[in-house]
Amino acid sequence: MKKILPMALLLMSTAILSCNSGSKTIKETTNNPDATAIAGGQESVKDDVSQKDVVKVAMSSPDHTTLVAALKQADLVTSLSNAGPFTVFAPTNEAFNKLPAGTVDDLMKQANADKLVNILQYHVFVSALQPDYFKDGQTLNMVNGDNLKVSVNSGIVTLNGKAHIVKSIPASNGMIYVIDEVLLPPSK
Amino acid sequence: MKKNLVQSLAIIAATLMFSITGCKPKNAGNATEGDAASKVYVPPGKYDEFYNLVSGGFSGQVSVYGIPSGRLFRVIPVFSRDPESGWGYTEETKPMLNTSRGDVPWDDQHHLELSQTNGEVDGRWLFANGNNTPRIARIDLKTFRTAEIIEIPNSSGNHSSPFITENTEYVVAGTRFSVPMDNQPQDVPIDTYKKNFKGTVSFLSVDPKSGNMKIAFQLLLPGVSFDLSHAGKGPSNGWFFFSCYNSEQAHTLLEVNASQRDKDFIMAVNWKKAEEYVKQGKGQVQNVSYAHNVYNDSTHTATSTIETKTLVLDAKNFPDIVYLIPCPKSPHGCDVDPTGAYIVGSGKLAALIPVFSFEKMQKAIAVKNFDGNYAGLPVLKYDAVLHGEVKKPGLGPLHTEFDGRGNAYTTMFISSEIVKWRLSDLKVLDRHATYYSPGHLMIPGGDSRKPFGKYLIAYKKITKDRYLPTGPELCQAAQLFDISGDKMKLLSDYPSIGEPHYAQALPADMISKNSVKIFDIQKNQHPYVALGEKNSKVVRTGNRVDVYMTMIRSHFSPDNIEGIKVGDEVYFHLTNLEQDWDVPHGFAVRDAPTSELLVMPGETQTLKWVPDQVQIASFYCTDFCSALHQEMQGYIRVSPKGSNVPISFSLGNNSDAPGEAALDDSIKTD
Repeated sequence: MKKILPMALLLMSTAILSCNSGSKTIKETTNNPDATAIAGGQESVKDDVSQKDVVKVAMSSPDHTTLVAALKQADLVTSLSNAGPFTVFAPTNEAFNKLPAGTVDDLMKQANADKLVNILQYHVFVSALQPDYFKDGQTLNMVNGDNLKVSVNSGIVTLNGKAHIVKSIPASNGMIYVIDEVLLPPSK
Repeated sequence: MKKNLVQSLAIIAATLMFSITGCKPKNAGNATEGDAASKVYVPPGKYDEFYNLVSGGFSGQVSVYGIPSGRLFRVIPVFSRDPESGWGYTEETKPMLNTSRGDVPWDDQHHLELSQTNGEVDGRWLFANGNNTPRIARIDLKTFRTAEIIEIPNSSGNHSSPFITENTEYVVAGTRFSVPMDNQPQDVPIDTYKKNFKGTVSFLSVDPKSGNMKIAFQLLLPGVSFDLSHAGKGPSNGWFFFSCYNSEQAHTLLEVNASQRDKDFIMAVNWKKAEEYVKQGKGQVQNVSYAHNVYNDSTHTATSTIETKTLVLDAKNFPDIVYLIPCPKSPHGCDVDPTGAYIVGSGKLAALIPVFSFEKMQKAIAVKNFDGNYAGLPVLKYDAVLHGEVKKPGLGPLHTEFDGRGNAYTTMFISSEIVKWRLSDLKVLDRHATYYSPGHLMIPGGDSRKPFGKYLIAYKKITKDRYLPTGPELCQAAQLFDISGDKMKLLSDYPSIGEPHYAQALPADMISKNSVKIFDIQKNQHPYVALGEKNSKVVRTGNRVDVYMTMIRSHFSPDNIEGIKVGDEVYFHLTNLEQDWDVPHGFAVRDAPTSELLVMPGETQTLKWVPDQVQIASFYCTDFCSALHQEMQGYIRVSPKGSNVPISFSLGNNSDAPGEAALDDSIKTD
């Protein structure tokens, strides 16, 4: 019996092969090499034509490498590559450097993932706010659920009384406002 | 040992069973063959190998499938209005459906032909015929949109179309109904058919860069019915072959009266010769009227021009243009093999398939081996031009395609099968049942010089019990075969839109790499474009109101409009400011007796609306564009006729009386 089973298997495989003999030369459809890239979220869509989305804009900025690393660590790249519309307050590397020494390294640890997600989501608002939509005394309810206070004085927009908008960059799925401080959610 | 022997025999028997059931389910309409599932399975995120462009029959549209999966990607509106996209409803697209007799918002779309270079499909354009109101459309395969529609004068029922010459020099149209010519009296008794009714075939030149079509010349022919056609290729390039039936010239009960003669004809046209005569100034310019509609991707607007001249060559006055090849019993399919050596006629009532030799035809013409004439046109001797006959191929041969390996495949409507046969010796090699009653069939590139002979799809006329029933009206069906081996193998079976007639297919990357993602808004030349929200506005001119409105995630600008009056002609010109792939916005106004707008990124489209009552009319985005799609909405105040409310428009000027309504959740003013 032990000998017969492999023999039968061999026969079966011959039978199967003989069925296929006519189509041996055919390249398998599923081997299409052009198709292999489409495995991730929307961030991996190949598109050199469209305007860049908020993630791609941030990725192309040398002043935002810390933010981009944090977004990746917090697994927010896919979400921010979606249709939005988003307003992203984007602290510069320098802004992150203003945090107490070791804070960023600490936040990037896997154990602190929730904390990092909370902070980053506090930088995102759903709706593409145009510069003239900011009003003094406005409250924005951010993606993490906490509120952010907007003040406008002589055309200068300040967030939570501390961070300043230094630049606005339109993106395909929203607006990026470069800020000079990291926004910290109110402690609970 | 004995026990072992029995066991091994049993296993061998089981193995044989497996091999039999695994690859040869004879006549099994409910089983596919071998590893069919894995051959049609395209995993999520992977692409199909071929685009398959399929005629939509009486839907008037063209559908786009992936092969081998059979997944439907898109229905391209061509001859019929499409409320989903606004095709034929928007001010920009209405002219596309214009004809010399006004708006004709439907047609019966039968045949498709991809543009070719050197006889090979090139992925630039797709031509489509309108079978009812004689028209030809050209679809741009960069945008998958209908770019041009031209009406054919001196024609009725443009069936024998839109086949092309091997470098897309010409696309042809052949009239299915012979009729009195357009410049002749139309109010004549039908029984004067033989005297007053004529046939034509038309050659439309195709501009090699723009693709724009122009009627170059028409051949005036006897009053028969032209059915299908294909161009010569390679050695037979310069010739075009048209099948014709009703050489009896019957005008009633054709199912009996057009089947009297043993043979009708394949008409061979030396179009290069005709072209020479045209260059020499021969032929007669006739006054006619036909619409020529062109869509412009810069203005995002179509224009319709009524043309008034056509050049007609009366074929009988030019004895070296047209020759008739006798072909048994009302030929339907008229197919030229990839080498250009053979012309296959499919007499749908014939018990054989005649295959004609181009070389023999040339010899017969040279020595004038004629069998008299028909209405002044020389008839070639059947035997002199015949390569041979496929004997007893099946019942009701209709259409033939080629695999590029010397084989031909013919659909048999009556015996409901596909028959594979060899061109060289005309031997039948294989046959396979279809479910049920195939009309056309298609091999990617199968009517070109370079077929991609891996798959064959048969398009069925009758579905009956193939799928879950949906009442009396059933979908039609396509069946996909693997033809890479000696025997055809049925792989899958999937529904199609309308009634599929002919189809085309080509390797996917020939099109996909050119596919347009967005329209560049900087190049938007629409006269009513609003380039940015700052340029959105509402302008009244008498009782005409032009609304220059923009759309971007997730609002319209303006979204509050006042000062519209009952009876105004309001034109909403919507510009989609997005420059992002796959972010169209829609636009719909309550009670508008028209369709929605679906505006692609960078595009402008216009909806006309005449409010007929005092109201607050609401409008909104119909295409789920973003997380705040539901917030993308607005109001229009419609005041009575003669009201003094001035035109005003705004975005974001919210009322200062928040006590009367709940505050927005996300933006609060302290």
